[in-house]
Amino acid sequence: MIEEGRALFLQIAESVEDSIVDGSLPEEAKAPSTNELAAFYRINPATAAKGIAMLTDKGVLYKRRGIGMFVAAGARELLLTERRTAFAARYLDPLLAEARKIGLDADDLGRLLAERASRLDGSATDAATLTEGTAR
Amino acid sequence: MTAVIEVNSLTKRYRDTIAADNVSFTIEKDTIYGLLGRNGAGKTTVMSILTAQNFATSGDVRVFGEHPYENSKVLSRLCFVRESQKYPDDATPAHAFRIARLFYPNWDQDFAERLIDDFQLPLKTRIKKLSRGQLSAVGVIIGLASRAEITFFDEPYLGLDAVARQIFYDRLLEDYARHPRTIILSSHLIDEVSNLLEHVIVIDRGRILIDDSTEALRGAAATIVGDAAAVDAFTAGREVIHREALGRVASVTVLGELTADDLARLTDAGLDVGPVSLQQLIVRLTQAAGGAAAEDATASREPSLDIESATLDKEAQR
Repeated sequence: MIEEGRALFLQIAESVEDSIVDGSLPEEAKAPSTNELAAFYRINPATAAKGIAMLTDKGVLYKRRGIGMFVAAGARELLLTERRTAFAARYLDPLLAEARKIGLDADDLGRLLAERASRLDGSATDAATLTEGTAR
Repeated sequence: MTAVIEVNSLTKRYRDTIAADNVSFTIEKDTIYGLLGRNGAGKTTVMSILTAQNFATSGDVRVFGEHPYENSKVLSRLCFVRESQKYPDDATPAHAFRIARLFYPNWDQDFAERLIDDFQLPLKTRIKKLSRGQLSAVGVIIGLASRAEITFFDEPYLGLDAVARQIFYDRLLEDYARHPRTIILSSHLIDEVSNLLEHVIVIDRGRILIDDSTEALRGAAATIVGDAAAVDAFTAGREVIHREALGRVASVTVLGELTADDLARLTDAGLDVGPVSLQQLIVRLTQAAGGAAAEDATASREPSLDIESATLDKEAQR
């Protein structure tokens, strides 16, 4: 789960952000404590604390004295905006670089993307019908 | 931050070998340190001097601001788990724990009993008859349950299997979170412990090679892989600590964090960037320092160290 070569506290912060983005850690819910994160990822508590401090500075978490850290209102929207901004650099640039290496241009990529997306949507619908079927 | 240990220009000489060569560093309160380095680098010597079990040839050592020698005010707050701890012939683990309980003011008997359970340690067997791993478990239990303000673990894991080592790391982290204290852990299994450490001190041939936070060291180097000419063009002017080539492909490890510009240049040049683990970084830096020392005519190396260096090379290539 932990990658080499990238600051650990960033990875810890991202793991908490992931839970907020996917909704498993809703706004105003209690965030995992420094010690919980340290035990779960088997890392030094000071590192986990640094990750939490970063999220507090960003306004994603806030502190309730004597109780712990909580997810701030608007945190999810904040993170979504941030991730959408970073999306192209993080995912598209490496994709384009690899495509160029193997002789695919932007049009080829567009076609591939549409094809894959329709297949993914298809299987999602299939899954939905299946669950409905079993429910019935 | 408060320093609990201050070491200034510490030198320790054994006849013609220098085990510690003008070493200076500080240890901050309530922090987990890794004291890393190869066999014979001087780790145990430094820890023995800090715990007053050995004498410095010159230099100044302060623990809690005082000299540790025959200073019970200091020594009662320290616990040193030695790799080769000797016990009386007919002693059992039960005896060892009873003595530890008398000796360490913060001893937690419940915690000790839980650890005895975790490690499935037989209490009534004579220590002489224990396996190497069980012997290590005795030391680990004393080190953890003593909750001393400064605890030194000198390669505490010898003979412990992977499960037992994980138990040690987990209990150490849990208990440190509840009862913060200063831990100095010396280890060869750098990858295994790197995430536990907040700060790393690497000793090589009696000198400090690295003294930095683990976080800073994580991004301190990168390996660039790809067409040899392109790799060399990119790494020109950077501090190269390792280079290997296979046909036209080169893999070069450089020091220094890569900027966004660097990364863009690498992508454009079709080069790959690989992370460098703390263990790889230390192996590379130790080798680089070793190469520099070998060129130095005054440096003489014992033949036994060369065998280890070959093993390290092999491990690094894996």
